[in-house]
Amino acid sequence: MSILYGFYEADSGEIRINGEPVRIRSSREAISHGIGMVHQHFMLVPPLSVLENVMLGAEGGPLLAEGAGLIRKRLAELGREYGLEVNPNAIVGELSVGLQQRVEILKALVRGADILVLDEPTAVLTPAEADQLFEMLRVLKGERKTIIFITHKLREIMSLTDRVSVMRRGEMVATFDTDKTSPPELADAMVGRKVILKIDKGPAHPGRIALEARNLVVRDDRGVVRVDGVSFILREGEILGVAGVAGNGQSELLEALAGMRPPSAGEILVDGELLTHVQSNPRAERLIGIGHVPEDRHRVGLIMPFEACESAMLGFHQERVYGRGMLFDRRAIIADAQSKMKAFDVRPPSPLLKTANFSGGNQQKIVLAREIERNPKILLVGQPTRGVDIGAIEFIHKRIVAQRDAGKALLLVSVELDEIFALSDRIIVLCAGRITGERRPEDTNAQDLGLLMAGVSERAA
Amino acid sequence: MDLFNAFIVVFASGIRLGTPLILACLAGLWSERSGVVDIGLEGKILVGAFGSAAVATFTGSVWLGLLGGVAATIAVSLIHGYASIDQRANQIVSGTAINMVADGMTALIGNAIWSQGGRTPELPAYAQFQTIELPFARAFGSVPIVGPIYERLISGHDLITYAAFLLVPLTYWALYSTRFGLRLRAVGENPAAVDTAGISVRALRYGAVMICGVLVGLAGVYLVLSQEAYFQPHMSAGRGFIALAALVFAKWRPWPALATCLLFGFLDAVAIRMQGVELPVIGPVPVQAIEALPYILTVVLLAGFIGKAIPPKASGIPYVKER
Amino acid sequence: MSSPLRPLPIWADVALIPLINVAAAFVISGFVVLAIGENPLEAVQILITGALGDLEGIGFTLYYATSFIFTGLAVAICFHAGLFNIGVEGQAYVAGLGAALAALHLGFLPGYSLVIVAIIGAALFGAAFAFIPGYLQAKRDSHIVITTIMFNYIASALMGYLLVNVLREPSQMNPETPTFSVYGQVPQFHELLTPLGIHWPVTPFNLSFLLALAAAFAVWVVIWRTRLGYEIRTVGANATAAVYGGISPARVTIVTTLLSGALAGGMAVNVILGEEHRLILEYTAGFGFVGIAVALMGRAHPVGIILAAILFGILYQGGAELAFEKPKISRDMIVVIQGLVVLFAGALEHMFRRPVAVLLARRTTSPPI
Repeated sequence: MSILYGFYEADSGEIRINGEPVRIRSSREAISHGIGMVHQHFMLVPPLSVLENVMLGAEGGPLLAEGAGLIRKRLAELGREYGLEVNPNAIVGELSVGLQQRVEILKALVRGADILVLDEPTAVLTPAEADQLFEMLRVLKGERKTIIFITHKLREIMSLTDRVSVMRRGEMVATFDTDKTSPPELADAMVGRKVILKIDKGPAHPGRIALEARNLVVRDDRGVVRVDGVSFILREGEILGVAGVAGNGQSELLEALAGMRPPSAGEILVDGELLTHVQSNPRAERLIGIGHVPEDRHRVGLIMPFEACESAMLGFHQERVYGRGMLFDRRAIIADAQSKMKAFDVRPPSPLLKTANFSGGNQQKIVLAREIERNPKILLVGQPTRGVDIGAIEFIHKRIVAQRDAGKALLLVSVELDEIFALSDRIIVLCAGRITGERRPEDTNAQDLGLLMAGVSERAA
Repeated sequence: MDLFNAFIVVFASGIRLGTPLILACLAGLWSERSGVVDIGLEGKILVGAFGSAAVATFTGSVWLGLLGGVAATIAVSLIHGYASIDQRANQIVSGTAINMVADGMTALIGNAIWSQGGRTPELPAYAQFQTIELPFARAFGSVPIVGPIYERLISGHDLITYAAFLLVPLTYWALYSTRFGLRLRAVGENPAAVDTAGISVRALRYGAVMICGVLVGLAGVYLVLSQEAYFQPHMSAGRGFIALAALVFAKWRPWPALATCLLFGFLDAVAIRMQGVELPVIGPVPVQAIEALPYILTVVLLAGFIGKAIPPKASGIPYVKER
Repeated sequence: MSSPLRPLPIWADVALIPLINVAAAFVISGFVVLAIGENPLEAVQILITGALGDLEGIGFTLYYATSFIFTGLAVAICFHAGLFNIGVEGQAYVAGLGAALAALHLGFLPGYSLVIVAIIGAALFGAAFAFIPGYLQAKRDSHIVITTIMFNYIASALMGYLLVNVLREPSQMNPETPTFSVYGQVPQFHELLTPLGIHWPVTPFNLSFLLALAAAFAVWVVIWRTRLGYEIRTVGANATAAVYGGISPARVTIVTTLLSGALAGGMAVNVILGEEHRLILEYTAGFGFVGIAVALMGRAHPVGIILAAILFGILYQGGAELAFEKPKISRDMIVVIQGLVVLFAGALEHMFRRPVAVLLARRTTSPPI
């Protein structure tokens, strides 16, 4: 998509528009070929007005006054034709997300786009706003515009599109005519049929409730609600898998549970006791026995320029084992890291090596070692095998199951369905911040989960 | 009437003291609105001042002096631009370096050429900007109140001062009514939006940095060709930083920038005027308190106690295309 | 965009690139000397002779270096937390007030305990003056670069007022305090060594140098061997990871600026308590800004800072000699070098990376001749 819009140039292959091969080396060229793009993260300038945002790059002359009149007129026309009314003098930053998206679409149309590319356009919209968007897109289709609509939600595909291609790991795996396919068939194609990872895993023996979430609501940095009233329980001795397409609130849920992001509503209970405001921070949660393997080891879980032994104590650096008083005991730190690295087979087992110099799998093992060796009651695990080689995946999976067998309560967030299937004793599926279903792995299959992940809730399915 | 006259004198002096601030502040405005933070204004004023003094001394031409000063600051601005835009350097470090190099280099070269401890020879009157008397200034002078205001406050400044005042509406117009201005405001807030609109972020920022060079160069030129008639080491005396403070105080907008710079200029004029004056009850005026006022006001504003000064969102951050 | 290159070997990263950067600054300085019609090699010779040629020169060199170690450490400790403290100049200036107030008004303290209290006073005042920008950065998101610049000028105005109107002795013309008693002074080396029969010329080189070395060691311990230092480095390297690790970036920011201000106070110990023995107007003379160059050149590591501080000490002392012998090369040359060091070791630090990487790659891939 970025290639199509000239952000990157393709290494090989070609792009044809109306049968003509074209080269797109910059956004400017993409625009001149009639491609208009609505990015998931809007390319808008919040303090500027709608008119100014629409004009940017299409001013029609060195002075704004000339072009402004024309564009104002064009905006009014487009507003009437497609139901895209928006006040041209409004400040974009003060508009609702839905209206901001409308400005993005108007930007493309004013530039004369014939091909409109929308990247996950409904991710940030309310259902009502999404319906309005569809209405508008149907009108545009009627005006002979080409629309490329990128989404993971099957309902949207089925209701809006004429043809659908399924992309998986950078590859087009299938193309269907929408009226000749069905949600189950699409879900199959989406999920794929990979070699199912086999893990020797006995039956779970769930015990007491270790963690409970009640109607959690969590917002992201921009204030958008990402977790919308989620409730679940997690028992000792079980692995609860949280499945979902990336960006459907799993990250925010994990961060809220780990105390990194205060929920804006709802309650978290640990061992039946309400987590107080004071306890809702990473340090306090570690002290009451909640371990957290974050989704992103580069950005969150490790400190890349630090020595491995220093990364291996992040979050626990206040503990007595690392020295008395203010001073660290370097030997204790190195010895501790060494024993963790040995226990988790980190290679090379060199505590003084810079964290960044380890392979992805070994970095991840350092994080896991740090969190597991501290013997937490509850372990929150996010994307444990992202960017990790096959050998390490197996190792990490075994360790996670071993934790379950030791009676720990584990919450596993993963976008890899195979991983969810291989490890989970129970699965909840998140879509757009809500739980769309709960399953046991033995009672479900990839197609069923795919439907839930795509927002086809149980009643509809 | 004496009080009135005193006011006129102080206000006129405030305008003169405010002129380099206005120019430097507008320079900073252009640069920072495009996303390039410039704490090197102080050094650039020195470079502009020295450049104009050197060229005017050698050529005896006020106009070549002006060109020399402006050309020198553009060159320095391009160094900052290269570091900030192409090398993606820490813009604060780059600005600091420019302040140091400018401070040392101007004094060093001045001393090497003229052997007067860095001072340049005093320029003859024809190599300086002369004050301009506006039409009928003298005739109007006798009209009560309005007359003296016209004659001594509005009339009687030099070309650069009038230019500085004209540059404020010009900047406002360019920023809000031209294509370049729109793109510039956009690039300082969200360069990705500008990039995806098919516009070069790099070219815009270089353009802004060059405009900054011209304007801050004029501030330096003013110090030499309008005020002192010679260059002296460190003669910028913190004006670049006051201009920076004014920029923050004006929240990066042209008209408030003018008002703030005039206010700071007047404070300076008052401080000079009050030197050694004993007021009833208060006693000797703590001149330093007046001098420190611009800085204190700016900190209070930055702390968010009176409104909030929010800089352009992308300022100080090098632009890197993201996936 | 540039194609990815293999990462450089560690030795190139830690030693070669910084050396090239500093060398570039000096080569350009050489051209500047050449341009004003002097011989740079001769200039270097005069400079080094002036700074290191005899004990007197060495004494002055180390005296300057002492100030630079303190200001360099003050800047560097903030670097570790990802903060840019341009206010070391003002913090050192106000620290002088703390030192002077204690030395002048606590004369009842027995013996040299007075000077120790004065040293603490310097650190406290420096820290207190750094606290406000630190607090505003941590809690109100006011950019510390701008606030510390403002605070430099506020310090200048405040101290100017106090020295002219409050602290000056009525009989004195100069805006300065009375001279401290001998117990309010940090002893100079010649005073200590002469009774022992060791010859040491009269220079301002004083015991503060040892304090500076101790401070450098202490900074090393704090940064790399304590929990606080770990938190400082974590916040500087990755604030998100810090939050994940239960570290409060706001708290770390405030603590770091306090430490930085206290270190800046070390300069007051060296100059005010160690040499001037009274508080004088604008005594900092831009040495706070030299700290920026020292910290960048020393790569924020105490050992690097000591070396860079001594280099700048050589430049300041030798520069004075040079200006005396070659009037064309005034002491401003040192400020030029300082600025070029900041430019090449700081702003343009990656400029030579690519050429070096290309060169190294070519060397390792080309067949041996």
